[in-house]
Amino acid sequence: MNDKLLTAQAEPLWNTDKKIISLIAGIVLLLFALPHLGLNSFYLHLMIMIFMHAVMAQSWNVIAGFSGQISLGHGAFFGIGAYATSFFYVQYGISPWISIFFGIIFSGIAAVLIGIPMLRLSGHYFAIATLLIGISFQVVFQRWDLVGAASGLWVPMTSGDSWLALQFHTSKMPYYYVFLVFFLITFYLVWILSRSKLGFRLRAVRDDPQAALSLCINVSNYKIIAYVISAMIMAPMGSLFAQYILIIDPDRVFNIEISIIVLLITVLGGIGNVWGPLLGAAILIPISEYSRIYLGGTGGAVDLILYGLILMLICVFRPDGLISFVPKNILERKKQR
Amino acid sequence: MKILSVENLSRAFGGIKANNNISFEVEEGSILGVIGPNGAGKSTLFDLITGYTKADTGEVKFFEKNIYGLTPDRISNLGIGRTFQKLKPFADQTLLENVMIGSFVKEKNIKKARDKALEIIDFVDLIEKRHHFAKELSTGQRKRLEMARAMAIEPKLLLMDEVTGGVDQKTIPGLVELIKKLKKSGVTIVTIEHNINIIMEISDNILALDQGERIAYGSPKEIQNNKLVVDSYLGTFDAA
Repeated sequence: MNDKLLTAQAEPLWNTDKKIISLIAGIVLLLFALPHLGLNSFYLHLMIMIFMHAVMAQSWNVIAGFSGQISLGHGAFFGIGAYATSFFYVQYGISPWISIFFGIIFSGIAAVLIGIPMLRLSGHYFAIATLLIGISFQVVFQRWDLVGAASGLWVPMTSGDSWLALQFHTSKMPYYYVFLVFFLITFYLVWILSRSKLGFRLRAVRDDPQAALSLCINVSNYKIIAYVISAMIMAPMGSLFAQYILIIDPDRVFNIEISIIVLLITVLGGIGNVWGPLLGAAILIPISEYSRIYLGGTGGAVDLILYGLILMLICVFRPDGLISFVPKNILERKKQR
Repeated sequence: MKILSVENLSRAFGGIKANNNISFEVEEGSILGVIGPNGAGKSTLFDLITGYTKADTGEVKFFEKNIYGLTPDRISNLGIGRTFQKLKPFADQTLLENVMIGSFVKEKNIKKARDKALEIIDFVDLIEKRHHFAKELSTGQRKRLEMARAMAIEPKLLLMDEVTGGVDQKTIPGLVELIKKLKKSGVTIVTIEHNINIIMEISDNILALDQGERIAYGSPKEIQNNKLVVDSYLGTFDAA
């Protein structure tokens, strides 16, 4: 073996820069401390929405960013998660902590059933098909009496705060920590995924399916795996959101807007990058919430105009998203020239 | 021992017979060169062998096992690697990541997969470029990348489509040496080449195609003296 090869093999697998690790650890500690630093209810809500949308966008990032399949109906899995917890609590009194897993399983099964026929399509055809699937879920739930049809489900409120029922009426702080923990777990798992054999293979499928086939990769199976993982990440956010607002209906949790917003957040932050969804959510969600405060109601659609403007600028000047401002050797890999 | 047997392989696209009753065999450890003018059906033949295109009729046997009808991923899993005429690197990934995707086939452990990928990258003489994105590499380097990536699945048979096509003259000798090195490492090779001097130099046997038909099959000397090949492809070939 020559010296150059030995040097290369002696390199660490990933960027283990202690400064970066310390920075991430510091941010995590700060996030845990934040509610005790005088954040009022609005800011707690804002942070909860950022965590929730970051995870939802991360879900979309797995299917679109890692495996290259543009899904426009991902809100369906959010809705399945929301209905799973609410339905089983309303009908059978099952704790949301258990039914969250029902939501994950149902979403996974739905993704397999949708994915097997749909992922035979590619590009625009797959995107359009998923858009229609997303809409059809909304229509079905609007007419399904068992789950409250168009009026949805009202989760019976507990008399006081209850960890078992995942309901907190006196403060948003417990919700903050629940969403934070799910956010951290999701990002950690996706970070691991991106560095695993599966992550490598998904990126191969995204970049060139024909070449991937020549490397023993069953492209169809890997697309389905990505779709299922993505759906299973999305579902718990629907479940937690349902527990957060305690009333769900098809127009709210199967709304096409959910599918679009996760796309916008991911593209803004950086598609295919683990940190992109977090960056996108940290920018877009405050814009949305503040425009609602200052302009009332739905924000006078100003947030949507701003989204559109930002998206156009990103597509033209930074197609890899805002994360591309951060040098790649810091976040992703050690690059030596 | 025969590693590959192709028997009466045919494929038509509409009225055009891209491959018509093609038969040949490849001995283990040898290099078979495939030549023919543009449109002769050379790349289609590769697609038929590797399952990217379904044959209308015929059989493809790999170590006596009929692989007709298998999907490309299953065929590559049996030990048939390939490169593409139109290069297909994973452009947004580094050279190392490109090759690691291949080395994961045999190595489950990420560190071992990385180290094996580095050995192969060193073999193709690109170790200093390992952290460069594929899209940043020159055409010659991308050809080496594709060879490295295909080698990473540890193929017994490697199909290479125009390795020296589209690269500058200075790059060609290095690529030819690489093919010879590959053969020495024990890999059986089927290679499509337009450069007749190279094909004569490296091949043990040559298959000549023209308009989807097999017009000759034999040693470089036999091909060189074959009137059909000379008329349709070689012209006034000067072996010197």
